[in-house]
Amino acid sequence: MKAKKGDWVNIYNVVMEVGERAPQVPEDTKSVPLEMWVKGFIQNDACVGDQVEIKTITGRTVSGKLVEINPSYTHSFGNTVPEVFQIGLQLKEILFGGGCHE
Amino acid sequence: MSRDMSYNGVMSRRNEIMKKAVGIDYAMFESGGIAFDYEKMMKETGYTLDEMQKIQGATGVGNTPLLEMKNLTALARKLAPEGKGARIFIKDEAANPSGSFKARRAANAVYHAKKLGYKGVIAATSGNYGAAVASQAAMHGLKCIIVQECYDSRGVGQPEIIEKARKCEAYGAEVVQLTVGPELFYTFLTLLEDTGYFNASLYTPFGIAGVETLGYELAMQMREMEGKDPDIVICTNAGGGNLTGTARGLIKAGAEGTQIVGASVDLSGLHMASDEQFNKKSFTTGHTGFGIPFTMGPDRSDVPRSAARCLRYMDRYVTVKQGEVFYTTEALAQLEGLERGPAGNVSLAAAFSLAQEIDEDKIIIAQETEYTGAGKHIQPQLCFARGNGIEIKFGNPSEEVPGESIIFPENPNLLKANDLDLDKIRKSYIKNALKTHEGKNITNEDLEFLAAETKANIEYVKTVIEELK
Repeated sequence: MKAKKGDWVNIYNVVMEVGERAPQVPEDTKSVPLEMWVKGFIQNDACVGDQVEIKTITGRTVSGKLVEINPSYTHSFGNTVPEVFQIGLQLKEILFGGGCHE
Repeated sequence: MSRDMSYNGVMSRRNEIMKKAVGIDYAMFESGGIAFDYEKMMKETGYTLDEMQKIQGATGVGNTPLLEMKNLTALARKLAPEGKGARIFIKDEAANPSGSFKARRAANAVYHAKKLGYKGVIAATSGNYGAAVASQAAMHGLKCIIVQECYDSRGVGQPEIIEKARKCEAYGAEVVQLTVGPELFYTFLTLLEDTGYFNASLYTPFGIAGVETLGYELAMQMREMEGKDPDIVICTNAGGGNLTGTARGLIKAGAEGTQIVGASVDLSGLHMASDEQFNKKSFTTGHTGFGIPFTMGPDRSDVPRSAARCLRYMDRYVTVKQGEVFYTTEALAQLEGLERGPAGNVSLAAAFSLAQEIDEDKIIIAQETEYTGAGKHIQPQLCFARGNGIEIKFGNPSEEVPGESIIFPENPNLLKANDLDLDKIRKSYIKNALKTHEGKNITNEDLEFLAAETKANIEYVKTVIEELK
């Protein structure tokens, strides 16, 4: 994947390597690095995996590894958890009595 | 000379960075011992209630509706003993510009930053506060950076936090996303140092004073509607600012008789800084992981002295389970026609339980709601939990194990708020304070301070200190 200068991208940095983590951090967290992602406009053409410079929306220049071109929002309402629909039925039954809408 | 950018190097400049970034010299309020002059800090660096109402009003913040939950009240009365079942109201804070009460906190902080001439604001938050700061920064033409603890080491993020990032970006903010760990504070400090922006901390006097308008409005609206003060106000409790500000506002309105109850989601057993457990919880705020440590030691925040000191105001502290809050959120939608976000309904779940203990002529207010939408809604949050191996079922919520199960009450009479032992919390507060200032003489000023901090008296503090020896 190739990004063109000016594309909206996501870059990645390791802020702290394993071994540099703060002493109060639990063991499982200590065994992984502290990682960071920042989005912005890329300053040169580059490929995913390259070390690049971006200008963020506030105008900061940040460098890091290019990991994503045109990062997008993919969060949603997820797969339905159908148990939820039982709640309203149950409460209406208790509050208004059975079969009032039938 | 180049600056030392190592963790220890940056942390050693912490006080200097903070002083520049909040414009407060906290040393002015220190006694040199345990005590510091809290009221002086609130007075000299905060705003009057009238000023805050004007600042907030100018950006459309505040004056949110106070709504009676007639069907939830009727349901509570069906389950309660004869004559019990207080009237339940909610303060619909989702009506604020950024969709939560946090707009009140941000309005003052960002206004203050603008007044002092800062070019931008930075806040460390994964929650509604980020959106609130970003929204206010947009209104004031300031730049905004939000630092989020967002992903675990697999790069998986809570849908709710991802949605908050989207909302911050929608308002033009830059969002810096990190994996789990308290060293977020290091990144936060380096950003403050590099940009010279204002630290729009959740815990400054301006931020906390911003919530006072909420408590004040509650009292005024209730007097207008019912001719009396609310009997109980329940505040969702995490860092303590919501409860502190609301209680101070109620006191400013003269509603001295109103009982103040804190409510947190029970996440006992989960470690907040654990990478593996990060995505096992379904609440990213309003939970005991923040609520209990911040109540016992408020000065663990990102400023030297936190203005959020909830133990000063709390009459009672209860917990509810994740399944109970999700259940209540669905009940609010299905019985009251109000679709709101789950995190804001922690206090409503507690209100539904507490209402059943109290006479039916009494009034109980859950003092906030928050917006909802993709990611930040019970469906995606439950779907995410199920995907992380959490069992979701109907049963008795008292059997819920945080990180393992989410249990919806199989009958609403199983929804029960649990009281935390405030005496134990007060003792832990005093123990923490003594430990932090070990080796120093305890003065009368310190005793008075500890009594105020724990909503107790000097005799109580002396007895606890004796017990600790």
